Amino acid sequence: MTIEDIKKILKAETLTGEKLLDREVKRVCASDLMSDVLSFTLEDALLLTGLTNIQTIYTVEMADLLAVCFVRGKKPDERTIQLARTKNIPILTTNLSMFESCGLLFAEGFIDSFKKEP
Amino acid sequence: MEKNNSISKLQELAYELKIRDIMTTRVTTVLPTQNIKDLRKIMHDSSISGTPVMENGKLIGIISIEDFIRSLVRGENNKTVQDIMTHHVETLCADEPVIHAVAKFEKFGYGRFPIVERKTGELAGIITKSDIIKGMLRKLEIDYREEEIHRYRASHLFEDVVADHINLTLEYNVQGQNFHHAGEASSRLKKTLQRMGLPLEIVRRAAIASYEIEMNIVIYTNGGKLTASLLPGILSITAVDKGPGIPDIQQAMQPGFSTATTTIREMGFGAGMGLPNVKKYTDDMQITSTLGKGTEIITKIYLKDQNAQT
Repeated sequence: MTIEDIKKILKAETLTGEKLLDREVKRVCASDLMSDVLSFTLEDALLLTGLTNIQTIYTVEMADLLAVCFVRGKKPDERTIQLARTKNIPILTTNLSMFESCGLLFAEGFIDSFKKEP
Repeated sequence: MEKNNSISKLQELAYELKIRDIMTTRVTTVLPTQNIKDLRKIMHDSSISGTPVMENGKLIGIISIEDFIRSLVRGENNKTVQDIMTHHVETLCADEPVIHAVAKFEKFGYGRFPIVERKTGELAGIITKSDIIKGMLRKLEIDYREEEIHRYRASHLFEDVVADHINLTLEYNVQGQNFHHAGEASSRLKKTLQRMGLPLEIVRRAAIASYEIEMNIVIYTNGGKLTASLLPGILSITAVDKGPGIPDIQQAMQPGFSTATTTIREMGFGAGMGLPNVKKYTDDMQITSTLGKGTEIITKIYLKDQNAQT
């Protein structure tokens, strides 16, 4: 499945990276702790988080993740969006909570970001 | 994937490039009073299929080969340009992005648009679909070549350097307590290592380790230096700061141990995973710390399999 599919499942809106939504996603990582993300996440995952600051974008960049989706309708400031744009990192935002988002994606067959295979 | 990527690159270029960058500036124009017999020769000689009509330096219309043919079909012989030209001219400004021109070509289906200067309204050039294609290809080629040169230079650095011992050092300054820029040094380091053509997995490990170290410098000290050294077979990342020092290194290495404030935790850090993460992603890690003086962290990542090394 692609980022576009996740966007539909979570009824999310794109804040930047509209043209990069065809990237293939297998794994999803859900965390507000960036060090945990850096520690356990395999590359090519989408990050679900409630943390909207600039460190989220750097974490996605350093760990080679594909995109970030903010939960509970959170939106980062313009500077953070701008940084994501220059790094080619798509940002989505959904009104669903972290719990609901995880549940829906889990039900669709996405696997946890620190598991190699399902 | 490849194909879609290149399309979005083109779209990006169409926003980035200005019409001025790609338009034709040497424009052949005609006078409204010219006989249309002359028109055929002018168009043929300059190999164009349409041209702006100018009167006293002002753009008053546009005439194309289609207008000319339609007139011939009607059996008209002694007409002048102003009799058969299109009076209402759609124009574009030279400072508009190329994407506006693309949209206008789609909307009107014309073969060309005269380009005017926004301030003076003077004719600055003319644009056809072929100008757009040529301009974009030229820009793509330049961008591609620049990135190739960067990559080539970086990845062949060691081949071009003649010495008994090579140690390439990249140094990055990290400002303490400046959370707006936290992550920038690691971001720049990652880009450089990528250009040098290091394996992706090595780059990822180095980037994560350096980012955690950088965050530590930002959070706990008033600044320091992050250094990446490329030695034969080894990538070494070291950090030196003049911070408060770590009282108990063993404790600091325990996953989950942290002295971070709530503010730091709100940024997604300070969960006691920083140093354990650095250890996890590097092959060797040494910390020396003196209370009140500062901390030095030296890490090594082996570029080949560790077993193959020995």
